[in-house]
Amino acid sequence: MTSVTKSTVTPTLYIPRDTTAISLGADNVAKVFEHIADENSVPLHIVRNGSRGLYWLEPMIEIQTKRGRVAYGPVTVDDVEDFIASQCWLENENHPLYLGLTEEIPYLKKQQRLTFSRVGIIDPVSVDDYCDHDGFSGLKEALKGSAQQIVSTVTESGLRGRGGAAFPTGIKWQTVLNTPADQKYIICNADEGDSGTYADRMMMESDPFSVIEGMIIAGLAVGANVGYIYLREEYRLAQEILNQAISVAIENNYLGKNILGSSNNFTIEVRLGAGAYICGEETALMESIEGKRGMVRAKPPLPAAQGLWQQPTVINNVISLASVPIILSKGANYYKDFGMGRSRGTLPFQLAGNIKHAGLVELAFGPSLNTLLQDFGGGTRTGMPMKAVQVGGPLGAYLPESQWQTALDYEAFASIDAVLGHGGIVAFDDSVDMGEQARFSMEFCAIESCGKCTPCRIGSIRGVEVIDKIIADSSAESLLEDNSHEKNTELLEELCETMIHGSLCAMGGMTPFPVLSALKYFPEDFSNSPVNAAETNSSTFNSAEQV
Amino acid sequence: MLQYFDPKKDINPDKDYGTPSSVNTSANLEAAELVSINIDGQDIAVPAGTSIMRAAALADINIPKLCATDSVEAFGSCRVCLVEIEGRRGFPASCTTPVEEGLVVTTQNKKIAKIRRNVMELYISDHPLDCLTCSANGNCELQVVVGQVGLRDVRYGFEGENHLAAKKDTSNPYFTFEPSKCIVCSRCVRACEEVQGSFALTIDGRGFDSKVVAGQAEDFMDSECVSCGACVQACPTSTLMENTVIEQGQPEHSVVTTCAYCGVGCAFKADLKGDKVVRMLPYKGGEANRGHSCVKGRFAFGYATHSERVTTPMIRDSINEPWKKVSWDEAVTFAAKRIKSIQHQYGKESVGGITSSRCTNEETYLVQKLVRAAFGNNNVDTCARVCHSPTGYGLKTTIGESAGTQTFDSVEKADVVMVIGANPTDAHPVFASRLKKRLREGAKLIVVDPRRIDLVKSPHVETQHHLKLRPGTNVAFVNAMAHVIVTEDLHAQAYIKERCELEAFERWKSFICQTRNSPENMAEVTGIPAEELRAAARLYAQGDNGAIYYGLGVTEHSQGSTMVMGIANLAMLTGNVGREGVGINPLRGQNNVQGSCDMGSFPHELPGYRHVANDDVRQQFEQHWGVKIDNEPGLRIPNMLDAAVSGSYKGLYCQGEDIAQSDPNTRHVEAALSNLDCLIVQDIFLNETAKYAHVFLPGASFLEKDGTFTNAERRISPVRKVMAPLGGKADWEGTMALSNALGYEMNYNHPSEIMDEIAALTPTFSGVSYQRLEKEGSLQWPCNAEMPDGTPIMHVDGFVRGKGFFAVTEFVATTEKVNKHFPLLLTTGRILSQYNVGAQTRRTPNSDWHDKDILEIHPHDAEDRGIVDGDLVKVKSRAGDTVLTAHLSERVQSSVVYTTFHHPESGANVVTTDNSDWATNCPEYKVTAVQINKVTETSDWQQDRQSFSDKQVAYLHEATNKEKS
Repeated sequence: MTSVTKSTVTPTLYIPRDTTAISLGADNVAKVFEHIADENSVPLHIVRNGSRGLYWLEPMIEIQTKRGRVAYGPVTVDDVEDFIASQCWLENENHPLYLGLTEEIPYLKKQQRLTFSRVGIIDPVSVDDYCDHDGFSGLKEALKGSAQQIVSTVTESGLRGRGGAAFPTGIKWQTVLNTPADQKYIICNADEGDSGTYADRMMMESDPFSVIEGMIIAGLAVGANVGYIYLREEYRLAQEILNQAISVAIENNYLGKNILGSSNNFTIEVRLGAGAYICGEETALMESIEGKRGMVRAKPPLPAAQGLWQQPTVINNVISLASVPIILSKGANYYKDFGMGRSRGTLPFQLAGNIKHAGLVELAFGPSLNTLLQDFGGGTRTGMPMKAVQVGGPLGAYLPESQWQTALDYEAFASIDAVLGHGGIVAFDDSVDMGEQARFSMEFCAIESCGKCTPCRIGSIRGVEVIDKIIADSSAESLLEDNSHEKNTELLEELCETMIHGSLCAMGGMTPFPVLSALKYFPEDFSNSPVNAAETNSSTFNSAEQV
Repeated sequence: MLQYFDPKKDINPDKDYGTPSSVNTSANLEAAELVSINIDGQDIAVPAGTSIMRAAALADINIPKLCATDSVEAFGSCRVCLVEIEGRRGFPASCTTPVEEGLVVTTQNKKIAKIRRNVMELYISDHPLDCLTCSANGNCELQVVVGQVGLRDVRYGFEGENHLAAKKDTSNPYFTFEPSKCIVCSRCVRACEEVQGSFALTIDGRGFDSKVVAGQAEDFMDSECVSCGACVQACPTSTLMENTVIEQGQPEHSVVTTCAYCGVGCAFKADLKGDKVVRMLPYKGGEANRGHSCVKGRFAFGYATHSERVTTPMIRDSINEPWKKVSWDEAVTFAAKRIKSIQHQYGKESVGGITSSRCTNEETYLVQKLVRAAFGNNNVDTCARVCHSPTGYGLKTTIGESAGTQTFDSVEKADVVMVIGANPTDAHPVFASRLKKRLREGAKLIVVDPRRIDLVKSPHVETQHHLKLRPGTNVAFVNAMAHVIVTEDLHAQAYIKERCELEAFERWKSFICQTRNSPENMAEVTGIPAEELRAAARLYAQGDNGAIYYGLGVTEHSQGSTMVMGIANLAMLTGNVGREGVGINPLRGQNNVQGSCDMGSFPHELPGYRHVANDDVRQQFEQHWGVKIDNEPGLRIPNMLDAAVSGSYKGLYCQGEDIAQSDPNTRHVEAALSNLDCLIVQDIFLNETAKYAHVFLPGASFLEKDGTFTNAERRISPVRKVMAPLGGKADWEGTMALSNALGYEMNYNHPSEIMDEIAALTPTFSGVSYQRLEKEGSLQWPCNAEMPDGTPIMHVDGFVRGKGFFAVTEFVATTEKVNKHFPLLLTTGRILSQYNVGAQTRRTPNSDWHDKDILEIHPHDAEDRGIVDGDLVKVKSRAGDTVLTAHLSERVQSSVVYTTFHHPESGANVVTTDNSDWATNCPEYKVTAVQINKVTETSDWQQDRQSFSDKQVAYLHEATNKEKS
């Protein structure tokens, strides 16, 4: 070990504590840093920030320099000793892992980070850090006006539900505000279960105060003083960070009684789910909070009129709520000026699957899907040609290359029977078997269906069986003999139609979208099944889950 | 445009409208806003909140449905009721979509038809195709809908994943659960939750694995299921099916009648094949039960055709000889001769009769008429003597009418409910379900009971205050309640001023305010912590609508009548009489105990609670009956028994009553019965009392006659004959025959003629007739010129008495005290599956739940005595002793033990004493000082009874044999 020059100012080192970074070794990197620095008496101030969302570079560590924060990555434990030896905290441009000024990394620079403006920058549980970065200014603004003013601002901003349904948030809030009740609730839907999505988790792990602030503002807007965050059980780190942030917020009078000296009260409780995808559906989620089996309720009544415990309830996705503070602090017009058509503001897209540069990309609505896939994603990770892209989670359509020019806009996607959803994008290279993918969609529905409505409960199982028959029947002989391939394909299409029109919720109602798109754009994959399709397909999903 | 105004008139109880009405009473309807919509081109106006499905059904547009049924809230799972609505996207489910002004709905078109057919195709791809041999064949909603949508082909085939191999559960004696037929519509689960309130069923697993399970996926019998049958009724397929239907097939016609079990008086459709009852279905048109029932009423009807039915008249000279089967003529002639000769020898007063609370109003009326006219005395009493006589006395004194003030519907408007000395989930289960529903909606509950009854804590119901008082301290409790309300100024001063006698109120007030009545001072007596009692008093006084429901835990005490008056005081004090949602509600034990009291069954009262000393009233009856009526009250049951023991009372006509089992101090009753020269018992079985009889007249069950029962809400409901009387005569015909033999002529061709006579002689019944009952379904008395449609809620504009009377209710402790020889207090009660003396329910599979009476004892008391669960223990009181099996339970408090009296061999009443209510002689069943100790064999009495009973049964069999030979 070489001797180390002491500097007068303790260098600040940022090592993310986000789940993805940790899964790639960030915790170990941090430990080794501490250990070696300690051993060598190198004074290092390590901040465990959130992730910047450049996941292929994680663990990406940053150094505070006079020029700004400088990044290195991906850093492994083996790199640490050399890192300290080469005094990287003084900015070492020659270091093989040197990435330059973080803000100048094109992947980040090209983004429009509004909702995620603090993510990866601050210490997630430092209220000072949060406030230094404009935190709670939205709340302070909200406290100045009336409930109606808050709702109007949110309505004017054009914010739509980021959980996937894209329902205008302001209208939802207005309904709750207008429904008289002794008790109203705010629920933050953090049951992020769509394949290839992680924006909610990142937000909660990297900037939990934004979510908290958004919920408090929602409470002020509709007259609710109790909030729940319904968190998927796998997000244990987010649970820890949220609870820590809630405690800090209570200590600092952002939560609890007489918030910031006002007459308003607000409490937040984090509730863990129990592993059911369907509990991400808002009514099933409320059943779950009430301690019941996670089953979808029929609507009406809408949750805004009769939600949790039959009381008027705002239920919004994490990102919707986390977008509220900036709308309040910078004004509706500021937010509205981003985006296109009826899709205003930004959406944090999440690149996953077989993609070279997996990560979070917050962009104003408008650019094409291809911009994301190529300019940000950099094509497939395997280097093979990209074949299909699933946007919007397991219920979103598979898009063939011909549709990649589609603008990232709710309406543009709807016009091609696709959805933007929660912004999850899973890419597949040409080794994928779309017949198997279609089967997987039905199978996913069969596994995750709550079992309430018939089209979903029985239909999904039959869907798997019919696809199996279609694939098995695909020999030329059977095609000629009894038309069974054609008949079963027709049956599958009718089943999809029945599920779309007949299902109680989006689970059964949207499962047909990926199936039909696979059938329509990749019919060749339904006539012969490659031997190793299942394996290829599962490896694609594993990589999607990793990020 | 079609408009639907009156839910009572516009609703056909036999039709399933898919979803419940958004308004269930006319009062609610008046307030409801009407919404107009257009369905398939037809305009219809319905109350806001009505579903599209229901609105359509009201216009006779019947949208296919599977998961919807109008006994439970809409669920929206089956997806066959989808419709199209102009201007809306997709295909909303008509069951879960409420009407909105101006909606234009299409229920049938090609697109809808295709979705429905394809949904049904999915169902059938997981359903056995054994329709022709299925027990639901002919009454299967799945089959009907498949027919409606025109499904012709299941393209998925039947080889896919399915549930066809799911195993049957036959653990319940009355119904079978066959999950392979299940379509997972959740109607059973929802009925168990919403209708019954047991939450015993659930859906286990998710997606395609979703399945209905009982409890924690156990057998129905091992689960919390109370076998009310609501799930069976709700099931659209044969998944949950009555065993009788499985065995016998679908019924071919049905008759609406009234249940013969408890005082709730549920209306049932007896589903029949010829004159055989296939099943009993609670009738949706029944206003007492609104389509619900319990395990007794729905399932336990098999006793009516049980092999132990005695269907031939019998006579014998002495109880020590075998019976002789004779004709009706011979039997009544024999009986009349004996009665005459007794009266000749011992005087006119030496005979009497007991009317039955299980027989019809008409029959009860005839028995008391026979006693007063043919016997020529007033020695008539009824089993209300031993249950609700203090209710009659106490309510008459304070508010002026011997009856409950409300309807059962009223509980839907209650905000605070106080249940005192009643165990509704066991004894009045259908009312309990309606109460629990209201509690789940947020009403508050106070339970006053020495024992932790199920209402104290059951699924989604938890009492705010369980005031666990010591048996025998009711009046101390009620005084302390009133003390708090008055001294804390929580009483309804304006109400009292307007409606009550002020002088009496002031007198009572100065009494109740005395500090000896404070909860702090009474705590030592009652065992109720003062703060808890104060909180309960505040809750009752300050809730908007406070309703009191009480049972025999109030009346069967030495101060039973005082306690009833105390309850009336409490209700008047808080202004809780005279509107919906409030009131004083005695829960009547037997089906017609209200009616038997109304019909003049008491020795001092003619029908309509009018004293025999009242010359005007008496003269009316004398004129009508053509006899002189004694103006002195006759003997009460305990007086009759005492006189029999002493030898001055020698003849008794006892109809449908088993005093040898039901009355206290059994040894005393047995001594009395043994001393009679002529005991005439009219019953369907050779009951305990009949074993002492000289004349046995075969009785008729409620299925074998026409008549009326009057339930706890004063509702007169028709009882309709579905089979011929097995013994040849209905009970009223038997009484007529006896009367005629005695020389007092009775000539009625039909019970309606008896009702006409009752109406002519009883002002509160003057508007009642069979024609009106046929039209209205049921009527609540008073029903007369003033109240032509009957009186659902009483005392609306003022008390029947004129001004309400606050009676001073001084607490006087019972003489039945614990000491070192008898350190524990025994209290008695009922259990869900058995009814009263068990004559009916013991002869059904209901005994699968309760085949013997057990003694509940607190573990501390058991430990002190070295008793473990299942031990035989002797229960010894000052009156006698018996041996029961001990069950350790913390339902009872330490120093209190509890048992039921459903099985004659238990001898619970050998232990109870002669103590009784000071005003009415209602026995103090609820307080007996006892000692318990471990034994190895049954008691002397039990052994004596067994050999006596064996002998009498042999006498019965010998009679049978004689006839055969």
